[in-house]
Amino acid sequence: MVIDDLNAIAEKERAARKKTVIRCCLAAGCMSSNSETVKKNLEQAVKDAGLGDEVEVRGVGCMKLCCEGPLVSVDTQNALYEKVTPEDALELVKTLAGGKTKIKRGDFNHPFFKKQLSIVLTNSGEIDPERIEAYIVADGYQALHHVLRELTPKEVVEAMVKSGLRGRGGAGFPTGLKWGTVAKTQSAQKYVICNADEGDPGAFMDRSVLESDPHSVLEGMAIAAYAVGANQGFIYCRAEYPLAIKRLQTAIKQAKTLGLLGSGIFESPFNFNIDIRIGAGAFVCGEETALMASVEGKRGTPRPRPPFPAESGLWGCPTLINNVETFANVPPILRKGADWFAGIGTEKSKGTKVFALAGKITNTGLIEVPMGTPLRQIVEEMGGGAPDGGKIKAVQTGGPSGGCIPADALDTPVDYDSLTKLGSIMGSGGMIVMDETTRMVDVARYFMEFCVDESCGKCIPCRAGTAQMLHLLEKILNRQATARDLAKLEELCDMVKNTSLCGLGQTAPNPTLSTLRYFRKEYEELLQPDPFGPHSNGEAKKSQPATR
Amino acid sequence: MAAKTLTIDGKQVSAEEGATILEVATDAGIKLPTLCHLDGVYDVGACRLCLVEVAGIGKLLPACTTKISEGMDVKTDSERLRKYRRMTLELLFAERNHVCAVCVANGHCELQTLAYSQGMDHVRYDYSTPKWSVDATHRLFGMDHNRCILCARCVRVCWHIEGAGTKNVSGRGAKATIISDLNQPWGDSETCTACGKCVMSCPTGALFYQGSTVSEMERDRTKLEFIVNAREKKQWLP
Repeated sequence: MVIDDLNAIAEKERAARKKTVIRCCLAAGCMSSNSETVKKNLEQAVKDAGLGDEVEVRGVGCMKLCCEGPLVSVDTQNALYEKVTPEDALELVKTLAGGKTKIKRGDFNHPFFKKQLSIVLTNSGEIDPERIEAYIVADGYQALHHVLRELTPKEVVEAMVKSGLRGRGGAGFPTGLKWGTVAKTQSAQKYVICNADEGDPGAFMDRSVLESDPHSVLEGMAIAAYAVGANQGFIYCRAEYPLAIKRLQTAIKQAKTLGLLGSGIFESPFNFNIDIRIGAGAFVCGEETALMASVEGKRGTPRPRPPFPAESGLWGCPTLINNVETFANVPPILRKGADWFAGIGTEKSKGTKVFALAGKITNTGLIEVPMGTPLRQIVEEMGGGAPDGGKIKAVQTGGPSGGCIPADALDTPVDYDSLTKLGSIMGSGGMIVMDETTRMVDVARYFMEFCVDESCGKCIPCRAGTAQMLHLLEKILNRQATARDLAKLEELCDMVKNTSLCGLGQTAPNPTLSTLRYFRKEYEELLQPDPFGPHSNGEAKKSQPATR
Repeated sequence: MAAKTLTIDGKQVSAEEGATILEVATDAGIKLPTLCHLDGVYDVGACRLCLVEVAGIGKLLPACTTKISEGMDVKTDSERLRKYRRMTLELLFAERNHVCAVCVANGHCELQTLAYSQGMDHVRYDYSTPKWSVDATHRLFGMDHNRCILCARCVRVCWHIEGAGTKNVSGRGAKATIISDLNQPWGDSETCTACGKCVMSCPTGALFYQGSTVSEMERDRTKLEFIVNAREKKQWLP
């Protein structure tokens, strides 16, 4: 494979393009409402109408407005059809000849679409994720060629530093810095890992990227491998994402067939292979050290850092580990330049971020917005606010590691530092909207229960501490707790946060802490009078003899 | 190897590069509370009792797995650390069924000793009193899950000193359990060599010799260190 071959594939693909393209969403959300049959019926209808030479029915990745699925779009009409049933197919194809239809029409001019800025999701809902030619025609693998033939690994790392990209997995560590550390570490063997163990409740960004544009992740990983000097990559994907895994397998096979993965890529001395490892259902395996243990075939438990994976990772070798969305950002950055990317977003958070909008919101789905977009614009304008005239009470970001942002802080720009200041985190991109009917103590209890279930059990604060915190939260909800229990809860939050071994435990108290910070009244309303007096904190006073 | 100089609790000490804070502190006569650490077995930093404050680092660091560095300023004792350690112990006591009065290890228990030394005189949390079983199927040893604190010392000695690989951890969170082979009765285990190192390593009364009753479980911990020294350093020290 040389660049001419790549361009020839793109040219052939362009020439084969038909006049009209009907796109049918084949991502997991729409597929669960039968979009596969919709696509089959559309194909049949096109064939029956004798339009086979003019009209292409294309299965594509996520078309973003998930709540209205199955989604179908027709490019010549600039039309989006919502909640399309298999029976609608015939009627829909008739509209191509000027027929009328009662199928619900969506609006591409709605802020939900208009205010989006796509970098990661550029190909999502546009191309067929199961065909590498479709990715190549969308400038796919051009960045990899540019990097392998024209840049040194050092220049790639420098470009990443310059772009200002920060890790999209949640913590926001500067990507270029991480790449640089791995690149500098001397070792004959290095690895690149893609963390696709997305597990936050309500988050589906990474799944959509993998289902809609798997090649962008592969290309990003290959570029990263060249930059740090690795020859083997792993994608750690949770087993709950069967479609993403299937599409990744297809993509890897196609890339290998074309010589875009494997030995001597683009006739350079660079070799790179990617294997998939499937998670067995543990949330903690999204933590990088636990993930690596799992890849090694061990029990997925975290270990103390340092040493960081960049020094000693998979089988003790230097390992670069990034999230799906981070890797998907890499090809566009190298194709369009670090300066272009650094021009988007805020001073300290560059580029865009994909969010999965869910909860009590009118438009559920996937959005990609520039960093620094006010939260209000996301949930009220784009998301359409709470359904049925409800009032938004809070927005939860960052899943079980994040916090609840109250409605009066909705004007906060969404970037890493602003969200941290509010006691939440950017997280991987889950955004759960809550309206006035939501009890915040319930929310805290829900996330604590999640952490209790998902704690690996290795360190005591996380294993036993979260269990006690859940018990205290349940006590409060059952109106059996006193002010002393609330004090105990807060004390435990502080202790678990500061003493736990890994990120899961260290952030497990966040939903509780943030609801306590903004909605303390809701806790206090549930408290009972303390039979042992208002000032007792549960500690035996020095003057009193110990009772036991 | 280069020597590193550091300060622990205001005391200037020097030690070889690669040593952990725990090793250096112990050599300097500073006793840090530990539960998952066992001389002779590699450390995992799980119990969080040996957490220390290091100047300039916002996070608390486990002394057992943190390597020393030049000019490090370590504090092993503070009001905050003492409070966290007491709470950790309280959480352990509330988690399973630790009833010292009827325990085989009463008087020889690391958990009990630590509770005394750290001033944990009562447990403020509600006991969860879970129902755990006792595995008494092995002809020599028994395992009482009610007293297990999941330090995984037994697992580590079984895999890395004896090399039998019988013991393991199954499940997660509070439901995590120490199992034998593929969660079979210990007595049915085909890999167990009945060496007894797991029993020697257990800090509480969870692993015990068959036939021992209240307060009778004394362990010879030095034996493990002896084996490791003999194997790795070829030193047959008594």
